[in-house]
Amino acid sequence: MDPAPPSTSSAITLNINGEKHRLSIDHRTTLLDVLREHLDLTGTKKGCDQGQCGACTVLVDGRRVVSCLNLAVAAEGRDITTIEGVADSDQLHPVQQAFLDLDGYQCGYCTPGQICSAIAVIEEHAAGWPSAVTDDVGIEAGPAPLTSDEIRERMSGNLCRCGAYVSIVQAVSRAAAAYEEGRAAEAVKEASV
Amino acid sequence: MREFGYQRAHDVAGAVALLAADPDARFLGGGTNLVDLMKTGVERPARLVDIRELPLGRVEPTADGGLRIGATVTNSDLAAHPEVRRRYPALTQAVLAGASGQLRNMATVGGNLLQRTRCGYFSDVSKPCNKRTPGSGCPAVSGEHHNHAVLGASGHCVAVHPSDMGVALTAFDAVISYESPDGPGEVPLTDFYLPVGDTPHLETALPPGALITHVTLPPAPVAARSRYRKVRERASYAFAIGSVAAALDIEDGFVREARLAFGAVASRPWRARAAESVLIGASADGGTFAAAADAELEAARPLPENGYKVTLMRNLAVAVLTELAERDVR
Repeated sequence: MDPAPPSTSSAITLNINGEKHRLSIDHRTTLLDVLREHLDLTGTKKGCDQGQCGACTVLVDGRRVVSCLNLAVAAEGRDITTIEGVADSDQLHPVQQAFLDLDGYQCGYCTPGQICSAIAVIEEHAAGWPSAVTDDVGIEAGPAPLTSDEIRERMSGNLCRCGAYVSIVQAVSRAAAAYEEGRAAEAVKEASV
Repeated sequence: MREFGYQRAHDVAGAVALLAADPDARFLGGGTNLVDLMKTGVERPARLVDIRELPLGRVEPTADGGLRIGATVTNSDLAAHPEVRRRYPALTQAVLAGASGQLRNMATVGGNLLQRTRCGYFSDVSKPCNKRTPGSGCPAVSGEHHNHAVLGASGHCVAVHPSDMGVALTAFDAVISYESPDGPGEVPLTDFYLPVGDTPHLETALPPGALITHVTLPPAPVAARSRYRKVRERASYAFAIGSVAAALDIEDGFVREARLAFGAVASRPWRARAAESVLIGASADGGTFAAAADAELEAARPLPENGYKVTLMRNLAVAVLTELAERDVR
């Protein structure tokens, strides 16, 4: 007996930036196209639409991913954060502020993806993840400092056709330092309680 | 893109049954290769079975001192795992050398092994390709092939397997466990990819509808002294044009144990057994390392535009073995 032809669209609920959105979509719709075409969240950009440029980077369950290769239907039930959701009401995210302060962009098209990626890079590094340029990946070596080379490697999935890489790296470096200071201050506070 | 049904599997048996019922169904892991191939029309499934909620997402030590890796573990989680970093560092390095942070967060271990070649002709449905359409021909043989195979290829297909992870797993004797409509099975990774011959469309030993459930690494103390090096045309975020996973155990200046595997040289990660035979028991010096590389590359059959790969792989193998020998100071 042949299986019944499956339904090719579904009604789903997506959790985006803390809000629930109910949609009826064709399964072929990517998360990127749902954001831009169905929900008017056009901060996330379509660069290559094949996972190779990083312009479409968003956070899913706190992890950076390319939204162009995520099917929207497969993203149901996960917490999605887009560039529209990284600020804390009118308080810019420290990474956003660093990009502004250090002029980490020219045309701005890759920038939402760069910022979402950088937010994750800082957290990945803080979690002790090594990278392809980390000399000793052994666990006894301890976390590698977030040098320029480390930032470049960890951000290598985000292309910038304007070539703003120098100031992008500086912005990530500054935001990472602020994050480390913040964590150190938290640790001092907790220790003194 | 062809329209398709989508459902999430909640147990392994159910997932396998769904695929057995529909030959046009495909398992969906991270989607980093499958969704890309669906966009270009190379893959046209009628049904996707999402396997990411199956209980296959853990890395666990085995009783005999090895490691059992669930098929849906992401590349990122695998690379960052303390036991992988401690006991099989070349595997961490290999995974980190691949793709981008975003893609590594999505991609699964099972999917990485099953990823398809990035040969430009395979990827382009307007071109002939014996792998995609058996019997249609291989334009790469006389066309664009600078990053194609120098080992184990045939006149029917000269594509390479692009995985970095697979090269390290091959060096460490990984075993693939799967569940199939006829029950569970396992196959060593070195037997997992079928020889190209005149059947390039038949890529793996997986029975139809089977689901990879685990990858198991046997205990291997030598693996703690390992390295992966990748050569590519960019500093980052590019496929290999040649790569090496190696491990050496040296005592009193002689090689006691050696593992060696090459990437981007063949339709599968290439275990360099001829080289290993030269290495084991020999003096751990440059002469031995060069002889070992030559022994393995003796079988190389380069194409007109990829002869550089033979020189590259010889130099790379010698360099990685030399680095390991210099580090291995007892």
